[in-house]
Amino acid sequence: MVDVPEVPLMGKVKGKSGPLARRPDNSAFKQQRLPAWSPMLTANTVLPFFYLMSLICMLLGVWLLLTVQSTQEIKLDYTEAGTCDICFEKRKNSSNAAQPCSCTLVFPIKKALKGDVFFYYGLQNFHQNLRRYMDSRDDGQMVGRKKNLKDQNGLPIAPCGAVANSIFNDSFILTYHGSSGPSVLVPLLRKGIAWYTDKNVKYRNPNNDNMTLVQAFEGTAQPLYWQKPVYELDPLDPTNNGFINDDLIIWMREAAFPNFKKLYGVLYRANQPFTKGLPAGNYTINISYNFPVQYFQGRKEVVLTTLTWFGGQNHFLPVAYLVTSCLTLLMAVILTVAWWKFGKNGKRMEE
Amino acid sequence: MSFFGMDCLRKKERELERKLRANDREYNLTFKYATNAIKTSKYNPFTFLPLNLFEQFQRIANAYFLFLLVLQVIPQISSLSWFTTVVPLVLVLTVTAAKDATDDINRHRSDNQVNNRKVQVLIDRKLQSKKWMDVQVGDIIRLENNQFVTADLLLLSSSEPLNLVYIETAELDGETNLKVRQALTVTGDLGEDSEKLADFNGPETKLMQNCGKTTFKRTSIDRLMNVLVLCIFGFLAFMCTILAIGNFFWEVNEGSQFMVFLPRQDGNNAAFSAFLTFWSYVIILNTVVPISLYVSVEIIRLGNSFYIDWDRKMYFARYNTPAEARTTTLNEELGQIKYVFSDKTGTLTQNIMTFNKCSINGKSYGDVYDYTGQRLEITEHTETVDFSFNPLADPRFMFHDHSLVEAVKLEDPEVHNFFRLLALCHTVMAEEKKEGELFYQAQSPDEGALVTAARNFGFVFRSRTPDSVSIVEMGEQRSYELLAILDFNNVRKRMSVIVRSPEGKLCLYCKGADTIIYERLHQSCSKLMDVTTEHLNEFAGEGLRTLALAYKNLDEEYFNQWKQRHHEASTELDNQESKLEELYEEIEKDLLLLGATAIEDKLQDGVPQTIEQLSKANIKIWVLTGDKQETAENIGYSCNLLREEMNDVFIVSGNSPEDVREELRNARTSMKPVEDSMFVPERTLGKGVKLIADELVNGEYGLVINGHSLAYALEGSMELEFLRTACMCKSVICCRVTPLQKAQVVELVKKYKQAVTLAIGDGANDVSMIKAAHIGVGISGQEGMQAVLSSDYSFAQFRFLQRLLLVHGRWSYLRMCKFLRYFFYKNFTFTFVHFWYGFFCGFSAQTVYDEWFITLYNLMYTALPVLGMSLFDQDVNDVWSFQYPQLYIPGQLNLYFSRKAFFKCALHSCYSSMVLFFIPYLAMHNTVRDDGKDVADYQSFALLTQTCLLFAVTIQLALEMSYWTAVNTFFVLGSLAMYFAVTFTMYSNGMFLMLPSAFPFIGTARNSLNQPNIWLTILLTSILCVLPVVTYRFLFIQLYPTINDKVMFKVRQAKATPAPPPLRTRIRRTSSRRSGYAFSHAQGYGNLVTSGRFLRRPALSGSSGFGNIGRTTTGFSPMGRSAGYSPTGRPQNAKVQDVEVTSLQMYRTIKDPAF
Repeated sequence: MVDVPEVPLMGKVKGKSGPLARRPDNSAFKQQRLPAWSPMLTANTVLPFFYLMSLICMLLGVWLLLTVQSTQEIKLDYTEAGTCDICFEKRKNSSNAAQPCSCTLVFPIKKALKGDVFFYYGLQNFHQNLRRYMDSRDDGQMVGRKKNLKDQNGLPIAPCGAVANSIFNDSFILTYHGSSGPSVLVPLLRKGIAWYTDKNVKYRNPNNDNMTLVQAFEGTAQPLYWQKPVYELDPLDPTNNGFINDDLIIWMREAAFPNFKKLYGVLYRANQPFTKGLPAGNYTINISYNFPVQYFQGRKEVVLTTLTWFGGQNHFLPVAYLVTSCLTLLMAVILTVAWWKFGKNGKRMEE
Repeated sequence: MSFFGMDCLRKKERELERKLRANDREYNLTFKYATNAIKTSKYNPFTFLPLNLFEQFQRIANAYFLFLLVLQVIPQISSLSWFTTVVPLVLVLTVTAAKDATDDINRHRSDNQVNNRKVQVLIDRKLQSKKWMDVQVGDIIRLENNQFVTADLLLLSSSEPLNLVYIETAELDGETNLKVRQALTVTGDLGEDSEKLADFNGPETKLMQNCGKTTFKRTSIDRLMNVLVLCIFGFLAFMCTILAIGNFFWEVNEGSQFMVFLPRQDGNNAAFSAFLTFWSYVIILNTVVPISLYVSVEIIRLGNSFYIDWDRKMYFARYNTPAEARTTTLNEELGQIKYVFSDKTGTLTQNIMTFNKCSINGKSYGDVYDYTGQRLEITEHTETVDFSFNPLADPRFMFHDHSLVEAVKLEDPEVHNFFRLLALCHTVMAEEKKEGELFYQAQSPDEGALVTAARNFGFVFRSRTPDSVSIVEMGEQRSYELLAILDFNNVRKRMSVIVRSPEGKLCLYCKGADTIIYERLHQSCSKLMDVTTEHLNEFAGEGLRTLALAYKNLDEEYFNQWKQRHHEASTELDNQESKLEELYEEIEKDLLLLGATAIEDKLQDGVPQTIEQLSKANIKIWVLTGDKQETAENIGYSCNLLREEMNDVFIVSGNSPEDVREELRNARTSMKPVEDSMFVPERTLGKGVKLIADELVNGEYGLVINGHSLAYALEGSMELEFLRTACMCKSVICCRVTPLQKAQVVELVKKYKQAVTLAIGDGANDVSMIKAAHIGVGISGQEGMQAVLSSDYSFAQFRFLQRLLLVHGRWSYLRMCKFLRYFFYKNFTFTFVHFWYGFFCGFSAQTVYDEWFITLYNLMYTALPVLGMSLFDQDVNDVWSFQYPQLYIPGQLNLYFSRKAFFKCALHSCYSSMVLFFIPYLAMHNTVRDDGKDVADYQSFALLTQTCLLFAVTIQLALEMSYWTAVNTFFVLGSLAMYFAVTFTMYSNGMFLMLPSAFPFIGTARNSLNQPNIWLTILLTSILCVLPVVTYRFLFIQLYPTINDKVMFKVRQAKATPAPPPLRTRIRRTSSRRSGYAFSHAQGYGNLVTSGRFLRRPALSGSSGFGNIGRTTTGFSPMGRSAGYSPTGRPQNAKVQDVEVTSLQMYRTIKDPAF
């Protein structure tokens, strides 16, 4: 009477036979009985979590605020400041691009900058993050592999692309005028300021075992805006030349946002009076003013700063943590009230 | 089946005529007709790749990604590398192709199975067994009963009288009634069985030409998703437009000045740049419509289908049948069912009638009591009565009450008379193939059960002739002279026989509806009547079908006179019917009550519980049955569909459209008295399709509607009236419906209600309904496979439906909705960050993330955790799901995923993306590493943002997930670990040196992830992303807890104690005012039995007599159904017009052009 229908069982035929041949396996997985943890948002977990979170954020915020407060930062916009307005005007005309221009900026440091002092140049409103700007670089070339981009003359440009072409080419000389004694040139370390991986892996000069750098770059043209070829970027140090020049590497690490600062040098603290940082006093910066910013309404600035483990002087995170802490506390109080008034007795949970 | 479409196109011209010679293969071969090999498969190994790719790219999503790929190849536009699109696209295409390939392999298999079926072909004057695929045009074929036919045939001759054959064409047109075909008279006298001439073969058969029409069922989520995807496309265009406009202004104001450093391509001006930017952003923001969405949805559905296949609790050991998800694309719809349309016989009932109880002379038999007098529940282990004293007893018959056997053995005259009546008063045919092996062929299973009961208690009906009935009474052979059968009909609701015993005593035995019999009893029975009524009520309350039995000794003289008048009346031409009626009335009075029988129309296991559970889950159950109204109503009560507590059960049985309309109106006004009858709550949804909203009624109501009333109710002018009334009722029973009407009812609900329907049935007559409903469920088991073959899900028992819906369906829906919500959230968040970045990068279509991250985000980093969630998640386990069927209701209301939920998702994403962009922006802005080196560069920022994003979406997933298995934990933590592993690998020296331009992010991870401020930023974004979500959810749980929250709360409370066992109490009702009469008998068999027509055939020829009348081949029990279906029944009982109204629709004959 009972005839067992021949139903294709999703393509698999089991070897078993007998009356229970097609009975599914009794495994926890197949029967959806896997042991599991079912968390639920209950007052016992949520409320303590909120209070704890608030406390943690508060502590973090205070700690970070103190840390950030302990750093010092001096920011100088030199676009048109001091004697630089002449240069600024000069650079407005692109036909003067090749003419050198330098200017001086005088500023005091009222309170000594203690510890390591970092010297940055900053640009405002310079879009290093434009897609076509970034796409125009060639990492293959920078690692020394190929020279295939051609300019009008048929010569490959090294380094090619808009990023390299637009390299920031102002240079700075910082001088300390102590209250006593002569002016001292502030020594800046200009090497070892790029990422280790960039310096040692990402950027490589074209194979130069037996060749000089000049030979290696033979047959290449320098970028359009450059005054000198890539192998003469640092005339003093051959290991800081060509593609592995620190300034080039730092410039090539494009900033994420249009306002950014890039490391120019670190205070060399071996000699007096800089062993403890930058002492208070008057300083001048001699600027070789080359980089034009007036085209894009940009600003240029110099930043001197000390650092902590947390980095530079950015107040956002500490403040954000403090605000978050307050918000969490507020939420926690609201939730506690709601729970106390409605959820505690579980009345609403009953049918 | 596009393949066949192509096949048709290839035909040069329409074939106007076919020339063939029967049984002449050589001649026929010259025409190159198609062979009879059936081919439903789409591909072969060579065509697979091109055809499959062609098909896949017809899908809008794939085509879209191809378009994106083309955009990416254009250098001016390409904002992303080609691999970001190619990798997912190839993956998606591969997965789909693999699935298509396995499907097609299965089709190849089933084709082979069909093609290799055997058939008898006449070749060289001999019948040879051939495969169907080798049958050629012009062959002569011999068919036997119940054979599949896979060619168009011309009927030459049949073994049936009048050269008739009955064919079922369920697979052709979905109509599952048997159609009658008659052979040409010329060929009629040729031979035995059915002989046929092959006419059209293989792909040219009607079947193959029609099978392309199968509509693919789609779920409501699918449809919603399509709408949403369109919305998303619109939104995408909107975002891109904003960014393009932004780009235009930026180029005009700043870009033109920045040209010193970034010269434009020749001839590009700001407007053109904006145009290009638009397309670039289309590429970047394409992740709002991720290609992996469709693949993931498929995988989740497949996984949840496997759970159904694997469920041991839906495996039926007796048939060795597991549940099977035959369609893998409808799972979440199972969690949204609002209407269940069920067949009755074979689905709700086992179609087995058992003689369960009886009341004889005021004593009730059938219950078992223990020694304290407590009534015992009858289970499989209850001791059964031993009938070994009776060699002719049916071994399958079971009875538990020993006192009845004792009463028989004590020769209690009333008890003997009771069983003698059962043995004499019926129209059953007996067949005795071997001495002592009796087979009854009963026209209704009720009768079969009664006669079998009498047989076991020692009153064995053995054989009958037109004018006598032989029974064996307690071992003694006796032959009663059958003087008259006062036949049954729907008005009389009773039948009587008048017999003369061997002693010469005349006696009238009558059985019928209690109400009818009671009117005709002698006054002396009044005391007995009261007791019996009590018993009848008790029986009816248990859902048993009752009949009252009575007898009357007749006076010889009176009878002769009556007989004379009877003869006159039956030869009269006009008014014959009413005259006979009067005569019957006259003789059937002053009866003496013998007792009552109670037959159980055995329900499938757990049917009442299932129905109760489903109705608690707010699922409305409509039973569509071919049975009579009384039978259907009775089953309605016994399976808890109709309840005594219901405020009212309306019965619509009008015979004219006006009556039906009136009855429907009345029903509605009594349900909802304060209603302005003119106002129909409806709303229009596109294209003038009206939707009827649910109407609230106080109280519970039931509706029973008759077949002919239903035919009127389904007419265009009244369908709304019917629908509104029916939908206000808790449960609806439609009786006497045809297969076509079943489908019509389903279509009606589908048309006007925005609700998901499910049809469940077991027989071929349910196929149309199963195909019409959103989801069709087939009961796999006894009645053949048609229902299963056209169903989406199949299992062996009706009770598994509650598990399918309340557990699997609910979980599937929950999982799918959680998946979609989360998936849209994670992708929107991902994409919106690009949007915000646009404002800081001159709208230049710069991406925020590393390209590899963009490629792998959906494929690797977030794919497995969300898949894990949507395969394992369960809010509460199955036991609790059964405990609280109300958990099912949110699904019906589309609460978990709707446009509103989607909109909320988008808002949430918007918030998260702002946190994820602006917090890192402000935190990193102008910041340096602790050694003064760069960390605010583009690459570090990209890494920071993507890490923040990944943490945020992972934590969000953790919040969504309510069921953490080890696998989930592994997936979540594993994906995070994988992210870091992959990131460090991608940013490693080795990868960079291998392909410098593909991996420019070298060293970024090492240089920035060792910075505390990076991690503090990640922590802050995570906190800010999570806080509002937790707050919102916690507040909602406290203030407006949903049913899920409540149940989960209860689960937590009950965790210490094990979950309560599911309700398993047998539903018993005690009070009842209704009659339990439900005799599924049709008129006309009395004449048949006495006319002796059936005796013309040899008695032992298997399927003779009633067998051919029944819908299935053998007569009695469990296969036979009520007579409503018998195709040949009509000529024999043509008088009964009221029953046959529906039958007319069933048995319409279609003129076949082949004849």
